Amino acid sequence: MLLSESISTNFFSLAPWLVFAPVLGLLVNVIFGGWFLKRAWGETAVGTVASLASGAAFVVSALLAWSVYASGGHGESVFLAQWMHIGDPSTGSGQALILDWTFRVDSLSTTMMLVVSGVGTLIHIYAIGYMHEDVRFKKDEKRYQRFFVFLNLFIAAMMILVSGDSYLMLFVGWEGVGLCSFLLIGFWYDMDTLGRSSWANSNAAKKAFITNRIGDLGFLIAGFLMFWAFKSFDFDTVFTAAESASPELIVLITLFMLVGVAGKSAQIPLYVWLPDAMAGPTPVSALIHAATMVTAGVYLISRSAPLYTLVPEAQYVVAMTGAATALFAATIAVGQYDIKKVLAYSTISQLGFMVAAVGMGAFVAGMFHLVTHAFFKALLFLSAGSVILGLERGHHHLAHHGHGTPKSPDFGHAGAKSDARSQETLDSGHPEEVFDPGDMRNMGGLRKTMPVTFWLYLIGTLALAGIFPFAGFWSKDEILADAFREGYTGVYWLLTIAAFFTAFYMGRQIWMVFFGEPRHEAAAHAEESKPVITVPLMVLAFLSIVGGALNLPGLHTFTEWLEHTIEVHAGEFVMSVALISTALALAAIVISWLIYGRNPLKAGQPDPLKKPLGLLFTGMENKWFVDEGYKAVFLDNYVRISKFLADVIDWRFWHDWFHEKVIAGAYNWLSNVALNEYADQKGIDAFANGLGEWTKEVSASLRRIQNGFVRSYALSVLLGVVLILGYLLLK
Amino acid sequence: MTVDLILFLILALVAVATAAGMLFSRNAVYSALFLVLNFASIAVFYLLLGAPFIAMAQITVYAGAIMVLFLFVIMLLGAEQLAPIKVLPWQRPLAIGLAAVLVAETAYLLILRAKPAADIIPPAETVNTLGELQRLGMALFNQYLLPFEVTSILLLVAMVGAIVLTKREKGERE
Amino acid sequence: MVPEIYYLVLSAILFTMGALGVLARRNALIIFMSVELMLNAANLAFVSFANTYQQLNGQIIVFFVIAVAAAEVAVGLALIVAIFKSKHSIDVDQMSSLKG
Repeated sequence: MLLSESISTNFFSLAPWLVFAPVLGLLVNVIFGGWFLKRAWGETAVGTVASLASGAAFVVSALLAWSVYASGGHGESVFLAQWMHIGDPSTGSGQALILDWTFRVDSLSTTMMLVVSGVGTLIHIYAIGYMHEDVRFKKDEKRYQRFFVFLNLFIAAMMILVSGDSYLMLFVGWEGVGLCSFLLIGFWYDMDTLGRSSWANSNAAKKAFITNRIGDLGFLIAGFLMFWAFKSFDFDTVFTAAESASPELIVLITLFMLVGVAGKSAQIPLYVWLPDAMAGPTPVSALIHAATMVTAGVYLISRSAPLYTLVPEAQYVVAMTGAATALFAATIAVGQYDIKKVLAYSTISQLGFMVAAVGMGAFVAGMFHLVTHAFFKALLFLSAGSVILGLERGHHHLAHHGHGTPKSPDFGHAGAKSDARSQETLDSGHPEEVFDPGDMRNMGGLRKTMPVTFWLYLIGTLALAGIFPFAGFWSKDEILADAFREGYTGVYWLLTIAAFFTAFYMGRQIWMVFFGEPRHEAAAHAEESKPVITVPLMVLAFLSIVGGALNLPGLHTFTEWLEHTIEVHAGEFVMSVALISTALALAAIVISWLIYGRNPLKAGQPDPLKKPLGLLFTGMENKWFVDEGYKAVFLDNYVRISKFLADVIDWRFWHDWFHEKVIAGAYNWLSNVALNEYADQKGIDAFANGLGEWTKEVSASLRRIQNGFVRSYALSVLLGVVLILGYLLLK
Repeated sequence: MTVDLILFLILALVAVATAAGMLFSRNAVYSALFLVLNFASIAVFYLLLGAPFIAMAQITVYAGAIMVLFLFVIMLLGAEQLAPIKVLPWQRPLAIGLAAVLVAETAYLLILRAKPAADIIPPAETVNTLGELQRLGMALFNQYLLPFEVTSILLLVAMVGAIVLTKREKGERE
Repeated sequence: MVPEIYYLVLSAILFTMGALGVLARRNALIIFMSVELMLNAANLAFVSFANTYQQLNGQIIVFFVIAVAAAEVAVGLALIVAIFKSKHSIDVDQMSSLKG
């Protein structure tokens, strides 16, 4: 006990290293990365530095969590630096803006820190292997360094987000992770997944960035309202002041905050960026767009729990948004063919679960699902990345050994740049036959060629589908049980149906990817990944299995952990709810077997659901045409307005008439007549020329003094001495 | 009229006379010899002022080394006398006038503006003792060590500079 | 004891004579010697002050002045020799190439 006391008091001061460790890592890689990469061991060094930086953040997180535990769960605020102090709160009207960089270390933030840095470190390690192959596939090995710099930057920004002590510090991290997301989605900004010249990825990055900005506007307005009403951004000040504020104001603040959450956590109506964000490398999809960044919205609502619990109306809106998103995205996931797109919609759906949970006030259930989801969704994404790499290897193998005709531009030319690459695509003459390693219709039978990945993927699937006793079962069930008990009947049924779809699309994916016969030669020749890729997956798989133990019914470990920070109520285990959801999940898996497993898909065959569901499946396949709808309603009108502004207002009115006629005309008159003729020629020129003439005359007479005789110069010196001495005497 | 004062006046007369001799000698060799005499009389002043070390340095370095160097160069160049040409007619009268003004100013400054000697309280410890040379050495090698070392470098540089300046370049004909 | 002021007046007279030499003579060597005379005049003032105030600093300055003067003479005479080599004269009035 002496040890725990002496240690616990010291660890809080380590909090700034949460941010500085990754920043240090990224600086090392920025400065020395290029030098590393010129050497054979360079990639390992870059990856190790980045992983160690992230690992250091994890160690710090663990020490902080221990400190929180040892201090009785209360945590501490660690002041680091003064950001800005405007005004003095103690004098005058008391209006002041006091902002400090303070780390809030409590049970909620340390939970997020552990997830971010823990999963983050595993993904860093995975990325060492993944990016090694990816940069070679895309033929630009210099970007290896940049990837890890961005990844460390993301960890640093995410740590600022979760450790902020005020809404503004949280917003700094919020924007920081948004930037990293943009940078990493557009990591291969000038080529598509196959390495062909294309701007699709950078467009996806822009879409994510701009959609998030819409959400951030909502968050900003919430922040402005907050400061206007409470004169502070600090969590504690705001929460205390909010209790005596008018409920209408709190509703406004919480709903505007929900807009921000919808942007960052991909909820209706701003979820559209997340599926496109899969354009980033797979570790990015796993880390940023599944496990950590997108859960920032859930964290924000949990953090703002004291605000939300004041206004049940807002809570209801949040819960319904989450539940609707959960079901809506789950249906889209059923109709997707890209292995990562399915997971992307699954992520949106699961985020819907979490948002619904925190909306209902079940903050513990939401955070619990956040943690377990981070484990199994990261596992699924990384395994999907392993599958894609396996197929690429198989394809590469084909292209080199001549089994059949290579169906994409050859990968043999090293160092080909984008222009050359597109030229090759044109030369090959079969652009429609290009092989897509992410398309599930090209897979099949991978169970035999990639056994390790298969088992890992299966564990992730079972955890996501909510099968007992995997992690997902416990967390999802807690959300459903809370919805049931709290009387959110609508939310409960939406989520239950979404859970059914979840199990169904995951079953479909398993059958399509790993069972049946290979539908493409590349799948037949797929190779298993290296340990650097599979070992982090095994750790995640282990966590996906046992993660549920965090908050087992009856024990409530996690509930007790969080109760010091946010208001909690111990979720009770409802047997009927658990039975219904498990039965539905099992039923969904059986149905998926009946459709996809019993009669495996053949190459070129359309999806078996297409015929019976007809239009419904077309909708799912095409994401319910939401993107097209947004384009018709927002984008096209936006472009129309922009064109009107550009052509009519800017060009014809401002440029042709106002600038050319009014401004330029007046300016010409002023400059030609008034200024040039009178002011310049007769005024300034005359003066300047006269000055020049005068200088010439004076210098001509002074020139005689410069006679070249050193003795007369000495005489001048003596004259000076005499004069100065005389002046001193007469003074 | 103490003995000191009589001695001073005689030596001052010698100093001014030799300086004038240097100034007005047509022959550069005479000028140099007058200057040696002048330096010697100043060395005696140093002795009178209780600075025996400086007096010896004056004799050896100035009257000895430096003036020998001057004589050597005068003989080497063989330019004891210059052809009388008038280039700057106003130079000489102007110089004499300015010099007169300078002397007047300085004398005025020293005699009328200077602090009366009575106001100066000399420290109890006097430097005019046998131990003075030792103290000079201590001060030179402790307090003034850095300037001393810098001076040695300066002498080295001067030596190198003199050699470089007078060295005959390769291929240069005399 | 001779009053300090006598020494200072003598020093001023010698300094002015040196300055006069620099201004009035055309022989570079004599100009140079006049400079030495000015240095000595200053030295005399320093030693006189050192005696009046019973401080060693004045003597030490003189010591350095002598050392610097030695260096100066070495370089200066070398310069005069070099000039004589190219101009065959040490008349400073014939060195007026820098006339503006």
